Amino acid sequence: MTEPIRFSLNGCAVEARCRADMTVLEWLRLEALLRGTKEGCAEGDCGACSVLLKRPDPRGRSAFQAANSCIMLMGQLDGASLVTVEGLAAMRTGAQSGHPVQLAMEENGSSQCGFCTPGIVSALAGLLDRQSGSEDADHTLAEDDIHDALAGNLCRCTGYRPIVEAACAAASQQIAPLPDHPVGSPNAVTGEDSSQMLHPATLDELLALLRQHTDATLLAGGTDISLDVAHARARWERVISTRNVTELRNISENADVLTLGAAVTWQEALPFVAEHWPSFATLIRRFGSTQIRSMGTVAGNLATSSPIGDGAPALLALGASLRLASSQDERTLPLDDFFLDYRKNALRPGEIIKAIHIPLTGSELDERRHAAFRVYKLSKRYDQDISTVCGAFSLAFEGDRVAGARIAFGGMAATPMRCTAAADALLGKPLDGATISAAKAAIAGTFKPMSDMRGSAAYRAMAAANLVDRLAHDLSGETVEVMAL
Amino acid sequence: MNIQSKPPVAAQKLDAETRIVGHDHVHDSASRHVRGQAVYIDDMPDLPGTLHCAPVLSNVAHGKILNIDFDKARASEGVVDVLLASDIPGKNEVAPIFADEPFLAEGKVEHVGQIVGLVVADTLAHALQAARKVVVDIEELTPCFDEAEAFEAQSRTLPDQHLKRGDAQQAIEAAARRLTGRVKMGGQDHFYLEAHTAHAFPGEAGDMTVWSSTQHPTEVQVHVAMLLGVKSHKVDVKCRRMGGAFGGKESQATIIAGLAALAAHATGQPCRFRMRRDDDMAATGKRHGYTINYDVGFDETGRIHGLKVEALAHSGHVADLTGPVIARTLTHLDNCYHIEHADFLGFAAKTNTVSNTAFRGFGGPQGMVAIEAIIDDIARSLGRDAQDIRAANYYGAETGSETPYGQSVFVGDELAHDNPLRNVIERVTSNARWDEKRTQIEAFNAKRGVLRKGLAMMPVKFGISFNLTTLNQGGALVHVYMDGSVHLNHGGTEMGQGLNTKVAQVVAEVFGIPLGDVQITPSDTGKVPNTSATAASSGSDLNGMAAFNAASEIKARMLDVACEHFDAMPSDIDFRDGQVVCGDRSISFGTLAKYCWMKRISLSAEGFYATPKIHWDGKTMKGRPFFYFTYGAAVAEVVIDTLTGENRCLSVDIVQDCGKSLNPVIDLGQIEGAFVQGMGWLTCEELWWDEKGRLRTVGPSTYKIPGSRDVPPVFNVELLENRPNPEETVYRSKAVGEPPLMLSIAVWLALRDAVSSLSGHRLAAALDAPATPERVLFAVEDMKERAGELI
Ligand SMILES: Cc1cc2nc3c(=O)[nH]c(=O)nc-3n(C[C@H](O)[C@H](O)[C@H](O)COP(=O)(O)OP(=O)(O)OC[C@H]3O[C@@H](n4cnc5c(N)ncnc54)[C@H](O)[C@@H]3O)c2cc1C
Ligand code: FES
Ligand code: FES
Repeated sequence: MTEPIRFSLNGCAVEARCRADMTVLEWLRLEALLRGTKEGCAEGDCGACSVLLKRPDPRGRSAFQAANSCIMLMGQLDGASLVTVEGLAAMRTGAQSGHPVQLAMEENGSSQCGFCTPGIVSALAGLLDRQSGSEDADHTLAEDDIHDALAGNLCRCTGYRPIVEAACAAASQQIAPLPDHPVGSPNAVTGEDSSQMLHPATLDELLALLRQHTDATLLAGGTDISLDVAHARARWERVISTRNVTELRNISENADVLTLGAAVTWQEALPFVAEHWPSFATLIRRFGSTQIRSMGTVAGNLATSSPIGDGAPALLALGASLRLASSQDERTLPLDDFFLDYRKNALRPGEIIKAIHIPLTGSELDERRHAAFRVYKLSKRYDQDISTVCGAFSLAFEGDRVAGARIAFGGMAATPMRCTAAADALLGKPLDGATISAAKAAIAGTFKPMSDMRGSAAYRAMAAANLVDRLAHDLSGETVEVMAL
Repeated sequence: MNIQSKPPVAAQKLDAETRIVGHDHVHDSASRHVRGQAVYIDDMPDLPGTLHCAPVLSNVAHGKILNIDFDKARASEGVVDVLLASDIPGKNEVAPIFADEPFLAEGKVEHVGQIVGLVVADTLAHALQAARKVVVDIEELTPCFDEAEAFEAQSRTLPDQHLKRGDAQQAIEAAARRLTGRVKMGGQDHFYLEAHTAHAFPGEAGDMTVWSSTQHPTEVQVHVAMLLGVKSHKVDVKCRRMGGAFGGKESQATIIAGLAALAAHATGQPCRFRMRRDDDMAATGKRHGYTINYDVGFDETGRIHGLKVEALAHSGHVADLTGPVIARTLTHLDNCYHIEHADFLGFAAKTNTVSNTAFRGFGGPQGMVAIEAIIDDIARSLGRDAQDIRAANYYGAETGSETPYGQSVFVGDELAHDNPLRNVIERVTSNARWDEKRTQIEAFNAKRGVLRKGLAMMPVKFGISFNLTTLNQGGALVHVYMDGSVHLNHGGTEMGQGLNTKVAQVVAEVFGIPLGDVQITPSDTGKVPNTSATAASSGSDLNGMAAFNAASEIKARMLDVACEHFDAMPSDIDFRDGQVVCGDRSISFGTLAKYCWMKRISLSAEGFYATPKIHWDGKTMKGRPFFYFTYGAAVAEVVIDTLTGENRCLSVDIVQDCGKSLNPVIDLGQIEGAFVQGMGWLTCEELWWDEKGRLRTVGPSTYKIPGSRDVPPVFNVELLENRPNPEETVYRSKAVGEPPLMLSIAVWLALRDAVSSLSGHRLAAALDAPATPERVLFAVEDMKERAGELI
């Protein structure tokens, strides 16, 4: 039986009978006639469509997060709570109606044309909601937190200063909880007969469904695949969501390995990654935007197998492996062997990524041995951009000599790729001028990158090789990134 | 004498102490913006039977249309109609100036993204799906994508423009020093957050009402009428607000609105045409990229003796507004510098790319980038600081104060006593602590690290008025109702710049009533006719003054009644705080309005304004095109990464002359927003075409405008105080929409400075715009090669 999609909308329980693959933005504007939420791009990049979303979580930690309604499907709302700019406007702050962010933005001259404004209000309300709910009550909002929250919201008019100021002003206010009316966990099959979303709760169920419906679309966060729907290029009869599969939501860690379940989002992975690899954590903070990171999964990033995906170079350099599962069997595959060709990977029909294993190597092994990990993303814009080149370096040192090296690049070939020649050039040597030159030559010899709108082949080749220089300067303690100033 | 305009307003009224004008008032729609209650065109409720449009775009850059097969599209789900050029009842003509641009391609296509047809369907999704099913069979012809190539081939969209004074060739040859060079700069997408949208409602007897997200309702009206083969009175065009425009909705909105009207005409049903972002970016024009060649003669002090420039504008496939854009480039090539012998050629290169159009600054920024690059190159060649070269050339008593086109720069005693150019420059260098910064940066760079810093100052002089004198007119319609509330309509359009707020302030000021008692209403060709585009920063100058005239006229009539009522002289009566006061007696403004009605006095007036003093001869390129100049200056500090080319602006200080600002908080917003937008143009925003001429940066995932973290962490903006406009503008204010965009050239100059620092500032950086990481890295590599041992 196909059930209607049940969720909380601005604090009221609603049941929507609609195609599961309809975008939330379309539904809000055309069905619910809530037209405060805008479409600026329909590709997840401008933030005008931002809404606040809280999804049920078997791990029991859920909070409102800003998300892009233009690439979110109605089926994904099942069991969730949604707040739009209209819902925020209905809140009360003292004697006035509206969320503190709305009042502060109104007073601060934070809107000009106003078209980006509802999305910005949502993004900032999400930030302040997390902030006021955070256990770390002393944590005061830094400007960087605001930039993190706004990385997915473009404003063409204001130059942002009055928006950032309004966020600071609102942060000092008492903020009421966002309107919510929890509706319980999703039904198994929701939407309409012509377009359903299936919500398996266990791995076995998921694998069985995949075997049964070989034509179904497998969906994690949808931040890659749902772009086809947003651009009216695809319509899906049956979508299978990994989101509620308990096993896939796990994050676990022991002395040797960090395991990320396949339905773990970038946002959820971030604190665990930050513990071990601060440089990787910095990369994740630049990955898409808050909106994208709260939906997009690490596994989805690998399964998409884009040559410019940001997860792959870091995970290749760290020596990650994948646990793959199908209704027949499970197997473990080193990530090294996963990417086969342009957007082709080693997944077999009916097989999914179950988890990602990242080996842990302490950064200070002992007096003489230490490890270093760096990943550098080069793009035209610092925030929410796709890499022109992404280079990851995992080195082990004995004294001043390189005792182990794994180096990988994105944006340099048809797949994310390791550069063993460069690693070999470093082995057994100190990171001096001659070694660096040898490694750079190895990179130049390995890759024949292409030219596109993000950069020419010549730029990619030169910048990728120069990252070895950067690494050496970085490890010597020099400030090497413009954003660090 | 200008017979059209009302008797000139008494100057003292404009100089009077003000209560509402000159104070901070947030945007009139702010409370609705933040709550999602501001209604944009796509938010308007649908009438039953509303249809949706999607364009069919050419995927070939240049070719002959052999056949258009739309059978599949016609049969596609939900499709009501597929419209081609042959379905146009009137003229297939959308060009704003020359008759060279069709609404729908006919016989040939001249760029990828050109609109060939329009699918009309019950939903937008159905229209989009069907549009992909139209097969356009095209015989490909050789395309041209580059302005320099078009110049070689002498392929242009309109006649060359030539601005000349003296004998540049001779002056260059006679000068002690000479440099030649070339600077290239890319175009820019407007990236208004609201893509082009229109909604057309067919009426009875061939009437058509079009809601259009347009800066130019009159142009939409005129072209819709031509398209439908009716006269203008059949068409009413309205716009309450746009979700950003920046020039991108000056002529381009007409295309979308016209097609929506065509669909409504053909189907007899209301039709909505909202462009998807990718279609919008492929099919509508952008800022002109330019290649600028120069030949300059100067002396050892850096004083320019003669300058020859070839400014090759990337016009695109048709002229659109390229003519006036080039005129503004040529009239802003001087920026703040006196150039005695000038020879500026403007060439409109015909290329097989989308036709470029108006964009904040309108050619001015490109001219200024060029002259500043020239100053920079001169400075490096002389081993001097660029500031010295600027100082040697500023307009002033020692150099000269007449522009190459014959307009005197200074007004009244500005030159002798209160040079506005000097004011902004002195103020900004002192605010920025220029010398201290220079020293710190030298010390930082002396560490020879991976990161290097740069510093630069950018002065701006920008001419206010449309170059074409005719366009400098504004209109307004004001009604006072019997309860004293006021209905305001004017010929300008609101795109976020706060024009409605400013004009409402003017009206509230005249009547002495609270701002909230003035109702702002949608721009409407049926209320104020024959308007100019809201462009050229002129919105509040023209429409504010027109509204001032309308309100003043009504007030004069009301004053008569008040005199009678109080039995007093006009000078004894004051309109303030919603009251009409005479000594210790008063009545409310509403009561007075009621009295006027009872006495059968009209409480409605139209106001008109035509900018005085200006004239321009487009053929000789001489005259006084600008009513006045505004001034500004910025100092920017940047850092570059010499390994990757990544770069960032660390601090900026700005001083901007807004005259006596009508609304400082709104002007501040314009300054900050324009600066960041300009910074985007010159750094991260890159339009990229593939070898087939397909623009591949058609969405925010590939076209990167600045985000919040890109805003310089130190961002100080000061409005120059106590500088009432010496000309009689509305309350002595100055225009602010465009000028601050050019302040961002400071960032680009500072990046060149950082690259040049690798040669000890001996060599000029070979850095074009936009200064993407790639261009910066290549400029660094080039500098290292040329500077050799210096590093
Ligand atoms: C605005 C924006 C910004 C972005 N920024 C970045 C960025 O900075 N860096 C970057 O690398 N990417 C970026 N992306 C791409 C995208 O967000 C990431 O690739 C993300 O990690 C995808 O995860 P997802 O869960 O959304 O995948 P989905 O879209 O749900 O799925 C992607 C593909 O993976 C498959 N899949 C999902 N889960 C599994 C599984 N468990 N087993 C097998 N197959 C599976 C799906 O079937 C689908 O084919 C961006 C995207 C957008 C829209
Ligand atoms: S509309 Fe731009 S992010 Fe959704
Ligand atoms: S206010 Fe116009 S885009 Fe932000």
